[in-house]
Amino acid sequence: MTSLGSKSFGFEFDPPLILASGILDQTAESMERLIRGGMGGVVTKSIGMKARGGHSNPTVVELDTGLLNAMGLPNPGIDSYIEELVALKSKAKNTPLIGSIFASDPHDFAFLAEKMVLNGADIVELNLSCPHAEGYGASIASEPDLMAEVIEEVKSTIDEPILAKLPPSSLIAEKAKVAEKSGADGIVCINTVKAMAINFETRTPILGNKVGGYSGPGIKPIGLRCVFEVYSATEIPIIGCGGITTGRDALEYLSAGASAVQVGTAIRSRGKEAPQKIADEMKELMERERISDLSEVIGKAHECAVK
Amino acid sequence: MSSVDIVEIEKIQEETPTIRSLFFEWGKKFKAGQFVMIWIPGVDEVPMAISKEDFDFITVKKRGDATETLHEMEPGQKIGVRGPYGNGYDIKREKILIVTGGCGGASLMEAVHFAEDKDIEVVTCLGAKTEEELLFRDRFSDMTELRVATDDGSAGHHGFVTDLAKKVICEEDIDLVLTCGPEIMMKKVFEICVARDIQIQASLERYMKCGIGICDSCTIDGKQVCLDGPVFTGDELKEMDEFGKFERTKEGRLVEL
Ligand SMILES: Cc1cc2nc3c(=O)[nH]c(=O)nc-3n(C[C@H](O)[C@H](O)[C@H](O)COP(=O)(O)OP(=O)(O)OC[C@H]3O[C@@H](n4cnc5c(N)ncnc54)[C@H](O)[C@@H]3O)c2cc1C
Ligand SMILES: Cc1cc2nc3c(=O)[nH]c(=O)nc-3n(C[C@H](O)[C@H](O)[C@H](O)COP(=O)(O)O)c2cc1C
Repeated sequence: MTSLGSKSFGFEFDPPLILASGILDQTAESMERLIRGGMGGVVTKSIGMKARGGHSNPTVVELDTGLLNAMGLPNPGIDSYIEELVALKSKAKNTPLIGSIFASDPHDFAFLAEKMVLNGADIVELNLSCPHAEGYGASIASEPDLMAEVIEEVKSTIDEPILAKLPPSSLIAEKAKVAEKSGADGIVCINTVKAMAINFETRTPILGNKVGGYSGPGIKPIGLRCVFEVYSATEIPIIGCGGITTGRDALEYLSAGASAVQVGTAIRSRGKEAPQKIADEMKELMERERISDLSEVIGKAHECAVK
Repeated sequence: MSSVDIVEIEKIQEETPTIRSLFFEWGKKFKAGQFVMIWIPGVDEVPMAISKEDFDFITVKKRGDATETLHEMEPGQKIGVRGPYGNGYDIKREKILIVTGGCGGASLMEAVHFAEDKDIEVVTCLGAKTEEELLFRDRFSDMTELRVATDDGSAGHHGFVTDLAKKVICEEDIDLVLTCGPEIMMKKVFEICVARDIQIQASLERYMKCGIGICDSCTIDGKQVCLDGPVFTGDELKEMDEFGKFERTKEGRLVEL
């Protein structure tokens, strides 16, 4: 029997496919629908202290190779979002629920983390990587001292596992080491790649915020490289993310060193049943390679033996 | 895939004091009830129903920044179009009743064209606050059997368009009701149809951002209006606790309609 179960920080992800933050995760019902579609875990939308409308439209541009988005961290604020969390937890008891949070200082991060776990989140993901919201996201990871403080403060506030979601960068291994040293239990990489689209006929940037983040198949090679480098540099589990659309993509990420992966943009290209399709493809490929367990896959690209 | 198509406005038609149609050559195929995202460079991008006559066109009611800008634009100016998105109406019946008010006609004009093409009989109940705000009165009366209602009695029945609809449903052999307009009106029409076991399809409106089913902004009871809708059947509407009661703000907060 081929098993797709994978254990990290005390939680079993089966299949090791997790809904990425920001995709169909503002409402409990949508997340529940994706769990029914086969997700082995879900990450909530990144939630902040107060309600926030996000950037003005256009917030999304469709490309041949993926998507650009500049949502701008819209969210109803933690007090309002708690209702979604509680509703989801009561309906999906056995699926690990990861609460994503964003803030501009360590104190707010800790406050949000505590609210998340008190209301049903099993794990907390720190958004240190959104590329298009000034003062938040990637602005935190770009200052190693601030990032360390944020992680330490959250670590001293909650007992649940903490994941640091990092932006793609040539320095990602260094950042991951700082996160590990500060107490992170896992690394999520990558978030979207900072990018933009310009329309020629009107000579205008298309996104309302002008710049946004690139996701989907086009960023897979960047995500793979980041996971590969972080695996060499740290000991903690890695959750890979970026352009995962097929079972083969997921297995490539696991080979690079990820213990599980997150899936976002593929929901657009393959529908809400994307996780089930990806899981089936993973099984088929594993069977063809006579692999029954993911421990025979994770990190194996680092060994490079002749097969 | 081009991310957005840029089109030039060819002509403009003032439909009512607050509603106008903008015509352009887009050329993509679409179904009745589908919509497009209209980009006004430097201003906003908003969802709009799309129709076709000699040109493709959108019909816009003045509400806030984006729609006011569309009301100031002139032929020769450029806008962006992406889509078509959503499911559209599913029209296979013999006799259809259309119930519409406000700017809802924008979503239904293509359905009327389709029905005319297929020789499907259509009765329309069209409502507005005043006579001059009746949208597409001429088009509806040319292509369908039209009944009119106004809040102030300046034309047709003095009262709700749903009163007219109820009468038609009771007296005539209607197979399918299509409705688009203010949600309170659609909810009323839905209740009339449920009570008489008549098929209904309603086109809903929620705050839209991505238009492609990923951001969860326009979700109503777990369904994305941009992808699973905007047209929902009576059976789907029955399952919705939020229909006619709640909507989500730009921030994602659930608030009363
Ligand atoms: C599927 C669909 C089809 C539509 N078709 C038409 C049409 O054919 N003709 C027409 O006139 N209107 C249509 N609308 C409504 C239209 O999109 C809004 O009136 C418009 O977005 C208002 O923008 P604004 O900047 O002028 O107003 P604002 O001042 O920004 O907002 C006024 C109100 O409009 C609504 N609104 C604003 N932005 C959006 C948005 N991005 N998505 C949805 N609602 C929004 C909100 O309820 C808001 O309270 C449609 C809406 C949907 C969801
Ligand atoms: C529309 C959209 C919204 C997103 N919102 C968030 C967010 O709120 N927080 C976050 O950490 N990442 C966010 N992301 C990034 C994704 O979680 C993911 O890291 C990225 O899209 C790469 O994965 P993918 O190629 O599978 O989509 C968003 C991505 C998209 C496309």
